[in-house]
Amino acid sequence: MTTIVVTGIGATSCLGGNARDTWDALLRGESGIRSLTEEWVEQHQLPVTFAGRVKVPAADVLERLEIKRLDPSAQLAVIAAREAWADAGSPTDARERVLVDFATGIGGLNTLLDAWDVMKEKGPRRVLPMTIPMLMPNAAAAAISMDLETRGGARTCVSACASGTESISNAVNHLRAGLADVVICGGTESVIHPLPIAAFAAMHALSTRNDEPARASRPYDKDRDGFVLGEGAAVLILETREHAEARGATIYAEIAGGSVSSDAHHITAPDPEGTGAARAVVDALADAGLTPADVNYINAHATSTPVGDIAEYTALHRVFGDRIKEIPVSATKSSTGHLLGGTGALEAMFTVLSARDKIAAPTINLDNQDEAIPLDVVVTPRPLPDSVVAISNSFGFGGHNAVIVVKSV
Amino acid sequence: MAQSKDEVLAGLASLVNDETGVPVESVVFGKSFADDLDIDSISMMTIVVNAEEEFGVKIPDDKVNELKTVDDAVNYIVSAQS
Repeated sequence: MTTIVVTGIGATSCLGGNARDTWDALLRGESGIRSLTEEWVEQHQLPVTFAGRVKVPAADVLERLEIKRLDPSAQLAVIAAREAWADAGSPTDARERVLVDFATGIGGLNTLLDAWDVMKEKGPRRVLPMTIPMLMPNAAAAAISMDLETRGGARTCVSACASGTESISNAVNHLRAGLADVVICGGTESVIHPLPIAAFAAMHALSTRNDEPARASRPYDKDRDGFVLGEGAAVLILETREHAEARGATIYAEIAGGSVSSDAHHITAPDPEGTGAARAVVDALADAGLTPADVNYINAHATSTPVGDIAEYTALHRVFGDRIKEIPVSATKSSTGHLLGGTGALEAMFTVLSARDKIAAPTINLDNQDEAIPLDVVVTPRPLPDSVVAISNSFGFGGHNAVIVVKSV
Repeated sequence: MAQSKDEVLAGLASLVNDETGVPVESVVFGKSFADDLDIDSISMMTIVVNAEEEFGVKIPDDKVNELKTVDDAVNYIVSAQS
């Protein structure tokens, strides 16, 4: 079977403006979650007053025209993609053989809502001519393709909070099918705006720990009370091992396989039996030619919601049995918050770096572990075996389950 | 409230800079928006509607295509104000 490897990474998140700063801050156990300072927090009396804004604003990195022409979600995607492409050493000049498969959960929401505000206040003539191309969900994939002049197709993967992981699974399949020599995959999200905060709060999905923002995202803790909205993008450059070796590329790790499944259970609630999520794990491992017995590390979805964390545990127990208690698990959303469509990509990057550096990332804010979730949660960076076989899970509204398998090389 | 040409130029240069990042000092008489300042039609549309609000004038769509240079725009705005 064709081996697919990671040769470049890029990210911008609330922990740092690039992959290295993000990873280093994660390993230091930092939180990127802060109180929001925008006037609209008070203006609307929002029930949630904090989130994980990117540490380095896009306006500090991009040109003025790029800021004007791209929704924030696409801005972050371009920043991460440039970094990843350069990190991979600009893998090929045959740009028609480079495919983009990129994820977003929601797309250009800021652009849409800002345009509607302008329309109501000032009338239709003031609506920006770029409104539609900025808000369309494929805008980030298109922006990456245009920026890096890749011509092998620019696809968009949308499956809510599973999107980022699904994009990477798709990338593996595109490369195996010979559709491209290089795939730029990952995901982005930027929806820190009063409307989505109000909407997520209305469904009681968000933590309301307003007085302690950095301690609000606490997967597996008894006192977890919801997820924390994050922001950012992460990009992986994938290619076949043959292509990577032929050009002498540095290889981070292997994406050995991936799979998706769907619960057909409920639009927002996870299947409490965890059967769909479990199937995605088993199928991803089978896709990699592996079995649950091979897995020695897990980057969990673990959003810090009361119901979701238990459902994932149930699914993992279904797959691994009591051995699940012996597999180290990291819940990195404790530091980054939940990047929705970008989250799977960022966590894939973390898992890839864990496989390369043989180290499991810490889970912060775990003061009192929920006894209903008897996992071996990594709370301080912990060495991993020389041969790492890891899974990274993502689940999304709509019953989407996506899992990828990362192997050290 | 008519403004002088220099006042309109300064205001226009600020709008152009905000929309495109072109330095304010580059927006001077004698420059073509497209050829010298590399401003495309989409930016131009936005600059025009922002200019309508800034200068309190109406710039009809069929006039926009005639505003090829900084001079064209400043002259049009000054005459529309008076």
